[in-house]
Amino acid sequence: MNSFLKDKIKKIVGIDNYFDSLEDKLCYSYDGTPIFQHLPEAVVFPENEEQISLIVKLANQEKFNIVPRGAGTGLSGGAIPVENSIVLVMTKWNNILEVDTQNLTATVQPGVVTGILQKEVEKYGLFYPPDPGSLTVCTIGGNIANNAGGLRGLKYGVTKNYVLGTEIILPDGELLRTGGKNMKDVAGYNLRDFIVGSEGTLGIITKILLRLIPKPQQSITMLAYFDKLADSAKSVSGVIASHIVPSMMEFLDNTTINCIEDYTNIGLPRNSEAILLIEVDGWGSIVEEDAETIINILKKNNTSFVRKAANDEEALTLKTARRSAFSALARRRPTTILEDATVPRSELPVMIEKVTEAARNFNVTFGNFGHAGDGNLHPTCLTDERDNDEITRAHKAFDFIFNETIKLGGTITGEHGTGLAKKHFLEKAVGIPAVEMMKRIKSAIDPNNIINPGKIFSISPRCEEYFSVGNRR
Amino acid sequence: MTQVNYNLLGVLPNDDILSQCIHCGMCLATCPTYELTKLERSSPRGRIKMIKSIARGEIPISEIFADEMNFCLDCQACETACPAGVKYGSMVEAARVEVDNSEYGSFFKKKIKKFTLKYILASKRNLKIVSRLLYYYQKSFLPKIVNKLCEFKIFPQRIIVLESLSPKVSKKFSDSAILEITEPENEIKYTTAFHYGCLMNVMFADINRDTVELLSKTGCKVITPKDQQCCGSLHAHNGDFETAKKLAMENLTVFRKHNYDYLISNSAGCGAFMKEYYHLFKDEPELKEAAKSFSERIKDLSEFYSDILPFEFKTNNEIITYHDACHLVHSQKIYSQPRKILRAISGLNYKEMDESIWCCGSAGIYNIVRYEDSMKILERKMENIKKSGAEKVITSNPGCMAQIEYGCRKNNLNITVEHLATFLNRSES
Ligand SMILES: Cc1cc2nc3c(=O)[nH]c(=O)nc-3n(C[C@H](O)[C@H](O)[C@H](O)COP(=O)(O)OP(=O)(O)OC[C@H]3O[C@@H](n4cnc5c(N)ncnc54)[C@H](O)[C@@H]3O)c2cc1C
Ligand code: SF4
Ligand code: SF4
Repeated sequence: MNSFLKDKIKKIVGIDNYFDSLEDKLCYSYDGTPIFQHLPEAVVFPENEEQISLIVKLANQEKFNIVPRGAGTGLSGGAIPVENSIVLVMTKWNNILEVDTQNLTATVQPGVVTGILQKEVEKYGLFYPPDPGSLTVCTIGGNIANNAGGLRGLKYGVTKNYVLGTEIILPDGELLRTGGKNMKDVAGYNLRDFIVGSEGTLGIITKILLRLIPKPQQSITMLAYFDKLADSAKSVSGVIASHIVPSMMEFLDNTTINCIEDYTNIGLPRNSEAILLIEVDGWGSIVEEDAETIINILKKNNTSFVRKAANDEEALTLKTARRSAFSALARRRPTTILEDATVPRSELPVMIEKVTEAARNFNVTFGNFGHAGDGNLHPTCLTDERDNDEITRAHKAFDFIFNETIKLGGTITGEHGTGLAKKHFLEKAVGIPAVEMMKRIKSAIDPNNIINPGKIFSISPRCEEYFSVGNRR
Repeated sequence: MTQVNYNLLGVLPNDDILSQCIHCGMCLATCPTYELTKLERSSPRGRIKMIKSIARGEIPISEIFADEMNFCLDCQACETACPAGVKYGSMVEAARVEVDNSEYGSFFKKKIKKFTLKYILASKRNLKIVSRLLYYYQKSFLPKIVNKLCEFKIFPQRIIVLESLSPKVSKKFSDSAILEITEPENEIKYTTAFHYGCLMNVMFADINRDTVELLSKTGCKVITPKDQQCCGSLHAHNGDFETAKKLAMENLTVFRKHNYDYLISNSAGCGAFMKEYYHLFKDEPELKEAAKSFSERIKDLSEFYSDILPFEFKTNNEIITYHDACHLVHSQKIYSQPRKILRAISGLNYKEMDESIWCCGSAGIYNIVRYEDSMKILERKMENIKKSGAEKVITSNPGCMAQIEYGCRKNNLNITVEHLATFLNRSES
């Protein structure tokens, strides 16, 4: 990118919002994804819609790429810069514009941190359920772009279930409004839901209208220990078959338990092969009854110990500990490559078994945890990027897990997105016709392929070549 | 790109420390400097990325890098937040040494720092001479003249700041005010040793006196060896491990001569570092065990009265709140203990402030060398203190006290600041 062009960008956003020192480029060359990184040409913090629109128009004229970015906690490489790109950071757009207690909605800017929004709406007795592990840091914009899930997905669904409308600057620089406060709306194609999960490839989201629900009156959090991995998996199937829908049912294996315990010191059972963290919530006595039924199911499936959290404080401590799982695993080895495999819930016991098999066959270590109730596991390979041989074995283990997931009727990513990390597996997961349709849509909306190109899939072979080599460190 | 290979690794314990960070970003929300700029380079994750690149010779030390290393408060909130166990503190301290040695280190600043650390703090005699001079200066009419000169812009404005931020020197220093042996007032429960600190000795002698009184009143014999030394933490944090070790060794020798159950510290920074003596000597078999036994017996005052000698203090009607000193909550992971004590004393009049574990911006001499940044961070703290509705802030570190007192004066707040030792000594029943 030449300095003439850089000056033009600088003029649009203002000198205080433009950064292109080597240090700044380096500090925006990564997100939360292991292995991948790439230097951008510049980093900008636009102040309003007009500036974004002007930048997008300039990018079309001058053929440079734009990579939208929230907090950079993504785990599939969505916010990692690509060739000849500028990073467009939205974290300063962090105002909650309205909490509508009549219609139960919230209007927010994309840079609002998920956890902060939750605290704010809870002041009104309302509830925004999607709670990714990264909620103290990640942004609503990033959540929409990745259709993030979370611990409460089992009962409350994921981000897409709470998006009523969006405003987005399209790749031609025009502003598109989708959705609105109406609970029902079938006028035309459902563009709103189409933007959710688009991973920043269809434009820059600038405003979001979210659906809220009344906050459940009470909740009970339970922790169950298991001496056998298989018993924990059977318990999950048992609870689901009982037709009780817990708000949360999280699985952690022995390696993960130990890493979290190293970090938190809250007395998790270091010798158990697995634990389940389960929560039920709702109104009235039914919550208590559900908890009892679940405890009985756990006992029937040989839980070695089960207890209820004594109070809200302890429940929060347990959930916070669970949220640290992915990062805590890095205590073992410095590189943690995590998977996001999701299978139909009935197949969960097989899937857990397959991960153990992969670790054994390819001589690598896995920590396994995840949203068991959703059939969504995060087997995480604990390795060291400085050890080439081991990295190769890790990739082989992942290939094995992928194939097994697909065989079980599962998908390659339940909630983290395809981005750069999973794009090579996309065709296998969704089939060629689906990928072709995605590409045609992308080309129609973004003919110059300037908004986050090369993510999810590659349009041109040139890019393909580039990403398979260039983005890897 | 220039290929420069700095000797960062020489200062760091090992290369693994650099590889530990998986850039997940879980630390971002707790970093005060990231909150100010919203730039990755002012965040722990960004700083680690830069340090790593410099250590590997991928980028050279630059003005931006130097600035970011000094902008960092070294508050270690990011260490508490990091599930991966990244040792950020040792990285930034190593990087600072490299910056000071590079063309971006201010020669003058480096010399002053070195001089202060080596010849003043490390020598009790010199520190006392300097403090005595400062005491007479503070008592004289000179500060008024200096203030006037600043008002008329003849002297730079900064001097006023330095004036009002620096604590008043005590009339009588602790080492002469406190007897070497203080007997318990009633039946003996524990024999304690007391480390009175270097700056605490001359600037906060009252707090030291309160600490010893409190211990004695609650049934502790207190041994306060006269020949004890500065703990060496400031030296180590500034990369001077040699002096730090020398001081540590002297303390080990001095305290070893006495028989005691616990060594009480009332200064968060000293306590944190003395608990680390063990690491300092881990490669020296003959000192390792001695250091271990020394470190294990260090207790912060709040730890002592919460975990070891639970004491029934008189209840009290003041509306209070507690500010966590970084070196207590982040370095020593002491969070629940002071709360347990204070709740027992004040009941519902104890108010938890928002973001109590956020740095107040004092951070050693940060508030003097980076005054503007420090004030922005202090403002956030003062807002939270105001919102808590408390009329008194309790904290356990002299640096924090001076900073928050300054914030109260600056904002014309009718709020007082008190060290835990003083509060407890008054509440003793
Ligand atoms: C410890 C940890 C735990 C996690 N737990 C979970 C979990 O439980 N469930 C889950 O689903 N995910 C989880 N994640 C992944 C990640 O936090 C989510 O994907 C999150 O939604 C990313 O948000 P972000 O603000 O960091 O976005 P970024 O990482 O900055 O960006 C993510 C994607 O969104 C795009 N984007 C960002 N903002 C905009 C915008 N305004 N307009 C258009 N596109 C935009 C980017 O281009 C990119 O493609 C976890 C991550 C970590 C590190
Ligand atoms: S320091 Fe820890 S929390 Fe912060 S990015 Fe690195 S691994 Fe994550
Ligand atoms: S030590 Fe404090 S200021 Fe420095 S990076 Fe960590 S949290 Fe931020």
